[in-house]
Amino acid sequence: MAYPKNYRYTKEHEWVNVENGLATIGITDYAQHELGDVVFVELPKPGTKIEAGKSFGTVESVKAVSEIYAPAAGEVIEANGELHNTPEKINTDPHGAAWLIKVRLTNASELSGLMDAPAYEAYIAAKSTEASA
Amino acid sequence: MESAATPHKSELRKTPLNALHRRLGAKMVNFGGWDMPVEYPSSGGLIAEHKAVRGSVGVFDVSHMGDIRIRSGAKPGGALAAVQHISMNDASKLAIGQAQYSAMLYPEGTFVDDVIVHRLGEDDYLLVINAGTREKDFHWVRENTKGFDCVVEDLSDAYTQLAIQGPRAIDVLKKLTDANLDGVKNYWFTHGTICGLKNTLMARTGYTGEDGFEIYIPSNVATSEKVWNQVMEAGREFGIIPCGLGCRNTLRLEAKMALYEHEISDKINVWEAGLDRYCKMEKGDFVGRAALEKERTAGLKRTLVGIEMIDRGIARDEYCCCNEKGEAIGVVTSGSPSPTLGKNIALAYVPPAHSAVGTIVYVEIRGQKCKAHVVPTPFYKRPKKTAAQQVS
Repeated sequence: MAYPKNYRYTKEHEWVNVENGLATIGITDYAQHELGDVVFVELPKPGTKIEAGKSFGTVESVKAVSEIYAPAAGEVIEANGELHNTPEKINTDPHGAAWLIKVRLTNASELSGLMDAPAYEAYIAAKSTEASA
Repeated sequence: MESAATPHKSELRKTPLNALHRRLGAKMVNFGGWDMPVEYPSSGGLIAEHKAVRGSVGVFDVSHMGDIRIRSGAKPGGALAAVQHISMNDASKLAIGQAQYSAMLYPEGTFVDDVIVHRLGEDDYLLVINAGTREKDFHWVRENTKGFDCVVEDLSDAYTQLAIQGPRAIDVLKKLTDANLDGVKNYWFTHGTICGLKNTLMARTGYTGEDGFEIYIPSNVATSEKVWNQVMEAGREFGIIPCGLGCRNTLRLEAKMALYEHEISDKINVWEAGLDRYCKMEKGDFVGRAALEKERTAGLKRTLVGIEMIDRGIARDEYCCCNEKGEAIGVVTSGSPSPTLGKNIALAYVPPAHSAVGTIVYVEIRGQKCKAHVVPTPFYKRPKKTAAQQVS
């Protein structure tokens, strides 16, 4: 699956897409693949303040629980309610319909340290080589 | 995002099928020091693998399991006496060709390991044990059989063990063997030619709660891959897929089969684990019996129950069980979504006062008290086809 060029990526495998001052956050295709069948998602309510580097929710597969970390500080404007009943969408469309939350960022410059798509692709390629060595 | 199933790779042990799993693109994990497939994205992943076993057939590499052979020495009877001494079920009831679920116990009545005892011959037994406890088990068996006229061998590295599981498993294997598999009842086994390999042990056993077989073939890579591929080919018409340890866990949990270090361990005794029916106190002395006698008089402090979540949330291994006030009363030993039932289920140790079916208990999930209730177990029981398949 392609990694959108306009997104930014974290080392913990979240993506963030900023449009009109609003940041949409999700987990990457690599993350969903590592997790396997996603069966449960827990997301913050609108109005919740999230902090950079702190967990704001969880995504669970049959086997594992994964914390989702905020790439930057801000206030949750919307959580993707669709995922409540169809968490498996994260496996099929992680970069699109299965976004997790929309956030009004406190300081958009916090995103400057994140990877762009080519850097993230290189980062996960290195991880895969390491795992199969 | 941080995954709990991060692969490790340092000095992991490998089964003869390791390269094949990697070629298939399996997701590999460290399981008790073994580099094992947890799921195969090419099979569709854990849930698809689970459903294949319940609905048709799947194949597992379980070569990491250990095998200990105990034979009599110069005189007959030594092997049986040794097996009776080190295991809690009554091996004297076994006919040649029959197997039984049993366990080896410490003098405290707690678990060294659970085991399937196969009676291969008049004075010849094969104990199939867990991977993570192989060395400990073999050492323990050798130490505790010293006073008996028997020969103990570790055959763990001699076999590749494949588990072909599911209602169509028998149809797959019938295409590959001359053995009369219909005549093999549940927890019995036979020897026959399969994929051209003579005198191969084929047992109607498994760890999925489904009908199926476990076969023991020579452990060289070429033979192991050849048999795997022939099983896959023969199973194609039934939709066979490779299955990993991920669905092995969800399948055995639905069937309430114990996992070492979870439901059973060196801290948990037979009565607590609810394995009474495999423990034959009347058969004579065995390691752990005296302690169990005392424990039976003393009464249970905790007991294993099945629970099903009522609130939204998944109970996981080691999560705390509490009462309505939030006071800790017990612990989850295994918890997972159940792909067959579509519910979140778990096994947990709780005090007997909280163990009746219908009792409300709470599971603490990331600081939240989530409601659950005690349900009958096993969570899943396969439909019985014939009386011949009853568990012995």
